Amino acid sequence: MRKPVDTGDPDRLYTVTGGRSRADDAFDLVTLVVSECEPSAGMQSEHARILDLCRHPTAVVEIAAELKLPITVVRILLGDLLAMGRITARHPRAAQSVASLPDSALLKEVLHGLRNL
Amino acid sequence: MGSATSELPVRRTPLADAAETGLKIVIVGGFGVGKTTLVRSVSEIRPLNTEEVMTQAGVGVDETRGVAAKTTTTVAFDFGRISLNERMVLYLFGAPGQERFWFLWDRLFSGTLGAVVLVDTRRMDDSWYAIDRLEHHKTPFVVAVNRFDDDTRRYSLDEIRQALALPSHVPMIDCDARVRQSGKEVLITLVDHLYELAMAQETTP
Repeated sequence: MRKPVDTGDPDRLYTVTGGRSRADDAFDLVTLVVSECEPSAGMQSEHARILDLCRHPTAVVEIAAELKLPITVVRILLGDLLAMGRITARHPRAAQSVASLPDSALLKEVLHGLRNL
Repeated sequence: MGSATSELPVRRTPLADAAETGLKIVIVGGFGVGKTTLVRSVSEIRPLNTEEVMTQAGVGVDETRGVAAKTTTTVAFDFGRISLNERMVLYLFGAPGQERFWFLWDRLFSGTLGAVVLVDTRRMDDSWYAIDRLEHHKTPFVVAVNRFDDDTRRYSLDEIRQALALPSHVPMIDCDARVRQSGKEVLITLVDHLYELAMAQETTP
């Protein structure tokens, strides 16, 4: 399912995304992104910054904050990198949807983690 | 667009390389209720800010009238994170409760574990809409009452439950959003609630 994007600063975003306005919705806010290669010369600067940032797993929302770009634009950029095999994506568990609960085993792990903070 | 600010020049502590599962909890509340304070008190990173944009067309108002008919709305939100263990990382989102934000709920927060409605007893009206919308989206939630220093009237949780017409199965908790232990207890109350809901669902054939 692809959705349109529009922004308050069309010029910059047109440049960043090469005029595209449709994002890859497979990328959740908390999908963890990991670089599979080093940034290289001549690469689009946003792509290079993402590869630099994601040497360790980094959530989509952290990338957006770091690049100071809207989530949708970051999803477009990540879609590019994924298509080129330059990143891998660790998506949240697929069973989660708006109206269904995660399983109790997962929640137990979350509770355990919180109690140990 | 220029408001997509995160003021962190230095590289933050990265996640463990084994991190594979991102989880979401959303903290909803009116302006000034202490969402960012709560996120900050429990987060392992200084809260960051990011934004999403949408057009009227994007919310299904009118997709045929073209560019001139579109208006752009930006929704900004804060977030922090908690590494639960080597593999799991929990992201906490402080989300504004205003109307336009809910149009983006599905795009941003589908798959969220649950929500915390943060209430300021001096402005309880702000909470009505959030509770209504969470029920609409079938997102489980708890209500946390942020007790401010000058909150002299000290309504009891029962009184607040009545004022909000909150069903008895929705847990409520007092908190001080500035205090880490208190913020932690709010999150534990929510996840406890989710766990019980999940257990009930799993044992019902």
